[in-house]
Order: sequence, then structure tokens, then C-alpha cells
Amino acid sequence: MMVSGVTKRISAIKFAQLSPDEIRKMSATKIITADTYDDDGFPIDMGLMDPHLGVIEPGLRCKTCGKKVDECPGHFGHIDLAMPVIHVGYVKEIKKLLQSTCRSCGRLLLTGEQAAEYLRQRDRMEELGGDTLDTATVTKEAAKDAASRTTCPHCGTVQLKITLDKPTTFREEGHKLTPKEVRERLERIPEGDLISLGMDPAVSRPEWMILTSLPVPPVTVRPSITLESGDRSEDDVTHKLVDVLRINQRLRENRDAGAPQLIVEDLWELLQYHVTTYFDNQTSGIPPARHRSGRPLKTLVQRLKGKEGRFRSNLSGKRVNFSARTVISPDPMLSVNEVGVPIAAARELTVPIRVTERNLAVAKEMASRGPAPPGDVYKAGVNYVIRTDGRRIKITDKNAATVAEGVEAGYIVERHLMDGDIVLFNRQPSLHRMSIMAHEVRVMPHKTFRFNLCVCPPYNADFDGDEMNLHVLQSEEARAEAKVLMRVQEHILSPRFGGPVIGGIHDHITGAFLLTHEDSKFTKEETLRIMEKTPGLDMPKPLVKEGGVEYWGGKQLFSLILPKDLHMTFKSSICQRCDECKKEACEHDSFVVIRDGILVAGTIDEKAIGAFKGRILDKLSRDYGPDTARMFIDQSTKIAIGAIMVRGFTTGIDDEDIPDQAKREIDDAMTQARLKVEEHVGAYRRGELEQMPGRSLEETLEVEIMKVLGKARDTAGQIAGRHLGMENSAVIMARCGARGSMLNLSQMAGAIGQQAVRGERLSRGYWNRTLPHFKKGDLGSEARGFIKNSYKSGLTPTEYFFHSMGGREGLVDTAVRTSRSGYMQRRLINALEDLKVMQDGSVRNTAGTIIQLEYGEDGIDPTRSVQGEAVDVDDIILSVLGDKGELIAKVQEKGVVSYGIQDRDLLETPEEPETEEEPDFEPGGGEEG
Amino acid sequence: MAGEFNVLEHELVPEHHLLSEKEAEKILKDLKLTKDQLPKIRISDPCIRALDAISGPVEEGMVVKIVRRSRTSGVSTSYRLVVRG
Repeated sequence: MMVSGVTKRISAIKFAQLSPDEIRKMSATKIITADTYDDDGFPIDMGLMDPHLGVIEPGLRCKTCGKKVDECPGHFGHIDLAMPVIHVGYVKEIKKLLQSTCRSCGRLLLTGEQAAEYLRQRDRMEELGGDTLDTATVTKEAAKDAASRTTCPHCGTVQLKITLDKPTTFREEGHKLTPKEVRERLERIPEGDLISLGMDPAVSRPEWMILTSLPVPPVTVRPSITLESGDRSEDDVTHKLVDVLRINQRLRENRDAGAPQLIVEDLWELLQYHVTTYFDNQTSGIPPARHRSGRPLKTLVQRLKGKEGRFRSNLSGKRVNFSARTVISPDPMLSVNEVGVPIAAARELTVPIRVTERNLAVAKEMASRGPAPPGDVYKAGVNYVIRTDGRRIKITDKNAATVAEGVEAGYIVERHLMDGDIVLFNRQPSLHRMSIMAHEVRVMPHKTFRFNLCVCPPYNADFDGDEMNLHVLQSEEARAEAKVLMRVQEHILSPRFGGPVIGGIHDHITGAFLLTHEDSKFTKEETLRIMEKTPGLDMPKPLVKEGGVEYWGGKQLFSLILPKDLHMTFKSSICQRCDECKKEACEHDSFVVIRDGILVAGTIDEKAIGAFKGRILDKLSRDYGPDTARMFIDQSTKIAIGAIMVRGFTTGIDDEDIPDQAKREIDDAMTQARLKVEEHVGAYRRGELEQMPGRSLEETLEVEIMKVLGKARDTAGQIAGRHLGMENSAVIMARCGARGSMLNLSQMAGAIGQQAVRGERLSRGYWNRTLPHFKKGDLGSEARGFIKNSYKSGLTPTEYFFHSMGGREGLVDTAVRTSRSGYMQRRLINALEDLKVMQDGSVRNTAGTIIQLEYGEDGIDPTRSVQGEAVDVDDIILSVLGDKGELIAKVQEKGVVSYGIQDRDLLETPEEPETEEEPDFEPGGGEEG
Repeated sequence: MAGEFNVLEHELVPEHHLLSEKEAEKILKDLKLTKDQLPKIRISDPCIRALDAISGPVEEGMVVKIVRRSRTSGVSTSYRLVVRG
């Protein structure tokens, strides 16, 4: 049933204690017996399952309110305790109150002026915008001050020291205070003094912290379950209440029969134990109450606390309907803002359509199709119809026609997903806002969710078994909001660094490279193959005619998808960083010039269309809007894939083949390096090594050796690199930024190099040596983890072992990093979740107090910024002065500063466990699938 | 404080200026804020104690202007309310 109309705002919530009177007043029945059911299986009156406490069995009616199972909320009962008992949750407060008030007259142990002064300070704190925590510190100070007094300023009584024997025993100079005595003392505290101690006497009295009656939660809160065998199994809370009732009964009988003081006291303490564990079964200092099986009972506090508790798992997080989860797979033919939904899922997920006169015919038609419309073409059916009276009718093949007939304006028809519906798509861990984006539905055959590869980076998804979630929006407002704020194209630029997170990866980049590099040209057939998947493009005129054959240029084809007035100049990924840049005349074709939407020179690669670095994507989404950028991404995907398929592309182990001559050269270099290291070690042994400033002799030696070995690996890489040219597939991928780096290649073809743990050469294992294969104290290169072989040539057993040591460190590091940063992020989110930027640009919390006067101190939205800067000065100079401006503007050089994303071509990096070198940014992660 | 180290002179500590009642009122009016909405700084804060020695007695409820060099905006100004503690 929809409750409509009135919405009310909660202006304040006040917490106070429950007085014994209130407990009795709200009680439906008094509980006196510990028995629950009689022999016939009926609940016993005034027992813990009394029918006045609510109903859990279907068909029965509540004896208090007369309602049925799901309508009756349940009612509290109560237990009158034979003797008062301390409430564990209030022990701290009771201690504070006892210590800061007089033992005989009950007044606060402060003079009138002192108390007034503390009150004044507290009011001042409140006036200056202090929160409850701030005011609590003031009252705490007042209580501490009072507790330090030894005589009462009002009646002159000498105060005795009160200590707390955890968890619930109070002692006065060693003499035990019974809860009854404690209660009497608390009763004596006058109302006026309570205010100074931070209590509001209008709603709570301190003596209520000592329980004289105990509320019994409704049976709906602690339902018993009937096992298959017919036995009943009670809830933990019921078990605990049975314990309380039993001891309470015995205590009352013994007390009334005049049993010895000692026995009564023992029983009293036992009652205290049961009441304490009833509230919190993990109270320190007492053993937890256990079930017959030995499992600790789950009592009230355990129900609320922790990750599986009521707060974190039922209130902060909820399970939802209209959602789906399945494995993901790629589909480059989809637009970036689409998601392919399997038919099976589309038939379960529904969108509620409110029937009006205008859509009546459509709604009826859809309803008549039923839950599984026949036919080869997918058509949306209807699972449920909700009538105007709120009744929900399930549609089956049988009743479809009749129900459809009855559909009229005001009904709600829950129809299946259709192409074009807006849904939310999500991959965990949801670490940034791009982890949940709005996509348009495309209903497709088969069983997986499919999406364009360009949205892999924001979700951090791959297809090795990853699963993703999909949520169907249920209201018009939600759809509108998602469409404006959450669509994929609105998230091409990331707020993390003002650059694109959505863009080409892997083959997409290679394809663009192959299409545009140097004077690539294609025959008519090839050109058509490249263009056929990209709709809306007109065939241009052929660029050249050679030997009677017409050819189209790759750059010419790529220009087709660029906006007609685009002007850009930048250096591409393959740029060699020559000392003097020849600009347009670059022999590597790495100086990209785009004039009037024509690619005049340069190669399109990672720097142009790659995720994180794509300059064209950046410029398009900033200057031409998200929709143009989306279209460009879609078209460039298709054209790049067309190009790579026409040419063909593969890589294999023979891409790392180098001539024997080169192998010998590398061997020589390795031998020389080994000798050089031996030389250094020799010099060190003879004491001839010159110490470096700020380093010990041993450290100097290590630095020198690392330098030599680092250089040796580079030399090996260079020698290998001489034979790995741009015609090599692996090199193409590394250079254009599609996958892998030149370092990875030189380790495959040249030499792997030094392995390190904690940035130092390997040294631990055996006494003074790494492995028993070496002499003790051997400081040579092989003995300390230098690998002169390449991945291709294969490692020696010791080298393999050292490589594993370095690899292990990497694994441990990632494991430690993810868990630590996950917790860090949780804390950050909890601290920042309710801050928002107000209309005046200030950041405020829900109380309206200022966090920042101006958002980020400069009021800049990082998403709209240019790599964090408010304006891109160079871009403005270029657009005003045209090509002349290039002299002034520092064209390029800055590239996209993607924080934390750098080439890993650093020396001394310990070997990555896999060649998988993510341009990674996220703290979380961990492999899935 | 003679001869002692002055935190305000340290390069990592931003400038702190004590505002007079009048100045504070004007700024609050300009920002359309009330005192209780301002961020707080404790009277026991080393900067406030140093300020107390330099620009005269600092009391609860006074406003301090803090000017710091900012990575994003060059120079940024903020205000804090001196509170007990």
C-alpha cells in the first residue's frame, strides 16, 4: 500500500531513560513464570510467550490488539525484579554520579558558585556552536572537579573513595555497595545538581539506571522456530530471559522465606550476572553465557554491534529488488553508454508504468502479452499489474488476456526491460563515483552483461570472470536524475585528475596506431572493411592512385570522425624525446597536428585516445560536450578495430627472438658486469673503496654494485632493443601504449636484472649467504640475486629462487595495501558523507557549520578543471593566436598529469609478479573470479 | 615567552591574525555567518598562545584570521573561533 500525501520532517530526536513506571505502563502483561509452552504446545499466560506479547504463528490473533501476524507489531511485557540490579550500560555514569555527589546529603560536591561557573561555561560552549561532545567535556570536567573533593561543601560529611570492580560491583573503601544502596544514593541527588552533571531531570532520573523492573521484548523480536522434528527452538534472547526469570523466582522465594543473608546475596549476584549478560554477553570481566551446545548466546548488544549488526548490515545497507548480477563480457559494437542485458534478466527486471488515458492502449497490449511473450523478437511483457486499490496481480499466460482487459487509467503495469531504459550498472569495490554509472539497456541473447571496452577502466573491470550488478530505476525522478548526473558520457572526465578515465585500451590503441602511423594506406576493399562498422560516414575521395590502384590514407580515414573545426597539437606516446624536436617533420611521425578536423601529421595512440591520457578525448568532452565525446569514442573504437582486423595483429614468443650475435654481446656485457662487481668487492675487501658522504663503507659498496648491475641490465635491454624494431608487434604495443613497456620487453629478450627485497639486493636466508650454493660472505652478483638470463632464455635454479623472493614481496605488498587502504577509505567516507557544497560555495555539514569557506579553497570543480588548474592558459593562447601561439604556449610537455600513473620504467623496480602492469590507481581491488 | 620558540615563525605554520570585535563582526556580516558556524580553534592551541603573547589577551569567542598558502588557490583566508579547551 502506498502512503501518499503527508511528508513530515523530524526536527529533533531526544533520548532519555525508561523509568520503572513507564516500563510497567507500556507492558501488555507481567511475566512471572519461566515456562513458555504447556504440554499441549499452547503458550502459557504470563509466560515468555504470552499471546499478549504479539503473534508469530499465522492464523492467530494478538490478544492485545487483535491484529494478525504481519499487522501486529508486538507488545512489550515486563518482569518485576525481586531485588534491584545495576544496568551494565550505565555503569560509567553511575560511577561518575556516585563519585561527584555527597554520600549522605546527595548534593553535588561543588559550591554553588563553582557549579554555576561550569554551567555558564557549558552555555557559552553551546552558544559558540559546540556540539554535544564539546558540552560533554565540560560536564565531565565538572564531575572530575567534584570527585576530587574530600568533604561535602553543603553538609560537611567526609567523602569516602568509591571504586568500581568491573563490571558491576561498586565499593566504598573496600566495603561493597549493594545495588539497593547505590539506588538510594542516586535517589538523593537533587534535580538542580543533575543539570550540572549533564542530565535532564525533566526526562530522566539517575536511580532509573538501577533496574527494578525489566522490559520484555515482544515475541516478534525473538520468534521461536519449529524444527522438522516438531521440537521448538527458542531464540537466544528468550533463553536468557528464562534464566533471569528462574533466578528472580528463587531469589524472591528465598528472601520471603527469610533465608540466610549469604544465600540471598549469592542469588542477587547471580541475578545481576544474568541481567548483565542479557544486555551484553561480551562484557569484559565475566564469562559469557553459553548455549547448551557451548556457543555463546547472542543477546541484545550482539544484535546491534559490528559489521553483521543491525546498524551496519540492516540500516546503513539494505538488500534491494529490481537488481541483477551476472558475469560480464565485452562487446565493442555497443556504445559506451549502453549495457547488454540477457533476455532472461530483462524478463525478471521490471519498470513500473503508470497507466493514463494516453498510454492505455500500449499498456493493455503489453499486459496481454503476459510474462513470456512468444516470438523470436524480444518484446516486453508484464509480470504484475497493480490495481487502483493497491492489489498486486501476478500475470500468468492463462490470465493475461483477462487481466489486460481490466487495465484502466490509474493502474500500474510492471513491464519488462526494453531497449533504451535507463539502468544503473555497478562493479564492486565501488571506490569512486564512476563505479556506478547509468547505462541504456540493450536486450540481447545469451547470459552475460555486455558493455563497451572503453568503460573497463572506470569500473576497473576485466573479463576473467568478473561479475557486475545492475539496478533498474523505479521512478521518473530517479530516471531523470540518473540521466543528467550518472550517464557514462558525463563521467568521461574524472574528478580525480581533470582528465579522461574512459577511453581506448589495448587493441583499440594498437588499431588506431596501425591506422594512422606514417603513410599507411588502404585499398578500396580494405577501406570499406574499416569503415563498414561505423555508421554515418561518407566514403571520401581516394588519396593517391598508384599503378592504377586507388588508395585511401589512414590519417584521412581517422579524420572522418573528428569534429570539423578541431585544432590540436601534441606529441604522441611514441615520441622519442629527441633533444631537438623537429615538430611536423618528426621522423617517428610522433608530432600530432590536427587542423580543421584533419589529422595533418602524427600518429594516434595512447596519448590521443587512451584512457587516462587521451588528449583528444579530453579536448572533445571539455569543448564539444559529453555527447560528441561519446560519439567519438564509439566511432574510434569501431574504426580502430576495423583497422587492426584488416591488417591483422598478433604477438608470440618469436617477437622476443634476437640474433645469436646479440646474445653473445649480452653475455659479454653480463660477464663484464660480474667482473666489475668483483672488482668493487675486491676494492672493499682491501679497504681501497672510497666512502661516499653520508654512507657507511658497506652501503657505498652496495650503491656502487647496484649502479653497475642496473647499467648492465639496461645495456642488455639496449642490445636486445636494437633488434626489436617498429615492425615487431610487441614493440608496437609497448611504444603506442597499448600494453606492456619497453622494460618488460628488455626483460624478456635481454636480461631480467637485479632482484630486490626492500629496495636492497637479496641478502637473507642462511648465515651470511642467500643459499647454500654460495660461499659464506660472497658479495658477488650471482650470490645476491642478479639474474643475467632473460625470461626467454630461462632462469637457472638459483635465479628462479631469487626471482620468487622478489615476486613474493610484491604480492605481500599488494595484499597489505588493499586491506589498509580499504579501512582508510571507510573512515574517510564516514567522516565526509554528510558534507555538501552549499549555494554560496562553502562546504558545510548538516548542522550548517563551515568546513571550508570556499570548496577546495579555490571553488574549482576538479572534474571541470584542466588537470587540476582552473584554466588551460596554453589552450586559450592557441585558440586566440592559432599556430603562432605555439611559440608561446608550452605545447605538450605537460601531457596529462595523471596522479600516480607513471611509466614504471624506473630502475630497481622489483619484478612485478605478472607482466600485468596496471596503470593502477585504486586502493582496493583484489582479483575476482 | 622570551627566548622561547615561536611557532608562528615556523614555515609550516600559516599566519594567524587576531581580529578585533569590530573586524570580526564585519567579516561575519560579509560572509552571512553567525559565530557558532565558524570552525573552531582551542584557546590552548600553540598558535593561539603565541598570538596571546604578541597581540594581547585572546579570549573565548574571539575570531582569528588564518592566511595560508594553498596548493590550489595561491593564498587562502579562513577564520576560526577561539573556544575553551
